[in-house]
Amino acid sequence: MTLLLAESIYGGYGGTDILHGVSMAMDPGEMVVIVGPNGAGKSTAMKAVFGLVNVREGRVRFQDEDITNLAPDRIVGRGMCYVPQEANVFPSLTVHENLEMGAFIRRDDYSDQLDRVYELFPPLKEKRRQAAGTLSGGQRQMVAIGRALMLDPRLLLLDEPTAGLSPRFIDLIFERVREINDQGVGILMVEQNAKQALAMADRGYILVLGRNRHEDTGPNLLNDPEVAEMFLGG
Amino acid sequence: MVHFVQILLYGIVLGSVIALGAIGVSLIFGILRFAHFAHGDLMTLGAYLALAGVSGLSLPMFFAFLIGIAGTAAISVGIDRVLYRQLRRVSPIILLISSLGVALMVRSSIQMIWGPDNKIYSGGVTMPWVVEGIRIKPEWIYIVGGAVVLMVLLHLFLQRTRLGKAMRAMSDNADLARVSGIDTEKVIIWTWIIAGVLAAAAGIFLGLDTRLHPIMGWKLLLPVFAAAIFGGIGKPYGAIAGALVIGIAQEFSTLFISPAYKPAVAFGLMVAILVWRPTGLFSGKVL
Repeated sequence: MTLLLAESIYGGYGGTDILHGVSMAMDPGEMVVIVGPNGAGKSTAMKAVFGLVNVREGRVRFQDEDITNLAPDRIVGRGMCYVPQEANVFPSLTVHENLEMGAFIRRDDYSDQLDRVYELFPPLKEKRRQAAGTLSGGQRQMVAIGRALMLDPRLLLLDEPTAGLSPRFIDLIFERVREINDQGVGILMVEQNAKQALAMADRGYILVLGRNRHEDTGPNLLNDPEVAEMFLGG
Repeated sequence: MVHFVQILLYGIVLGSVIALGAIGVSLIFGILRFAHFAHGDLMTLGAYLALAGVSGLSLPMFFAFLIGIAGTAAISVGIDRVLYRQLRRVSPIILLISSLGVALMVRSSIQMIWGPDNKIYSGGVTMPWVVEGIRIKPEWIYIVGGAVVLMVLLHLFLQRTRLGKAMRAMSDNADLARVSGIDTEKVIIWTWIIAGVLAAAAGIFLGLDTRLHPIMGWKLLLPVFAAAIFGGIGKPYGAIAGALVIGIAQEFSTLFISPAYKPAVAFGLMVAILVWRPTGLFSGKVL
């Protein structure tokens, strides 16, 4: 079974295409990183997978079922959750309520999943009664990832999870992402800190101008002189 | 002193009525991001539906009240399904103008059915109680008590229930609510139910205190919006605080200027808060 399969996706916002035939494939439990220069369509490709961007041509399959252009609120029920880059918490809700909203569609008892999230991010347990808007950037990112984990997804989409964080928090978030992945959750991540992300990823895709440019294991991409020079800053 | 307390009481009664309307305006703004100009006429509608229960079906006032709030909630949801739902993706100004159209339609329908004259729920004059020289109308107990009960119920709904929390979440960040799997259309329907119930209650209470007239709610729209903005639009708790400020200020203004200027007082306070603190008392959204 493939976890995720995107076959030559074309699409974008409104009339103009941003994606010109992007393809991706993931096995269950894999960690895959999308890197590329600004404007390459990395975030757009991820949003297209999650139904936030209209796919004009091509197919998206998740766990061998067609989910092309399915609405996001339908996709989450199938086990794919998404953490946007910005505005990814409910600021006036408490940390605890943010996590509850992540579990909105669950009608069963999810207290053990809640415990797992608090175990993964201990600072959140201390601040569970605090409004998420009052937290630091790093802690807010923890809330955002925690919220997306509440449905115990098979695939977690992370859009630049370390953007704007201090180096201390960047390391911490990467460490936690790896831990989540070790528990068997597939991770698809767009990341600016490309070297660090590729170093821990199973595989990476390099997109340029809305098309696939390179695809290889993380270490191979890091060691490829052309890739290093053009996309990883030498 | 007696005079002071008497005016304060008038202000609290008026503030309770305004608050019930302002909460709905604030909730709708938080969820759908537009100023709902038909809200005053939903109040009128609630008042007249209750009148139909009292004088048409000869029901006791309490059951007529239930008919009024249930009917208004149902019609509010109906208007959303038929009209506003088609306009979810257009600019808020178009929604605002269409709500003005709804206001005219609702008001004209009321006028066609019940006529343009003043109506009252029950004949005869109830004698006010006089306590230490302060006159208290028995209706005020129902009005203020009813408003407090409804506000406590709303508070419990917003803080304790899954759907209430989803409503606050959607007001915070609708896109994130959607990607979390929250059924946003369901939240919208419940927003209209709550706004309809509260608006109808406001209209019925206003009718109990004074009398019914097809433009009774429309005339209250300015203080209702002033209260919602004063408290911080999108923040239901701010709307309650703003309504009490506006209601009490309007009544106290009659000590100095003609009562005909009461709406101007509401407007003046709204302008003042927009200059001094544009997000309102409770840091709502910026218009």
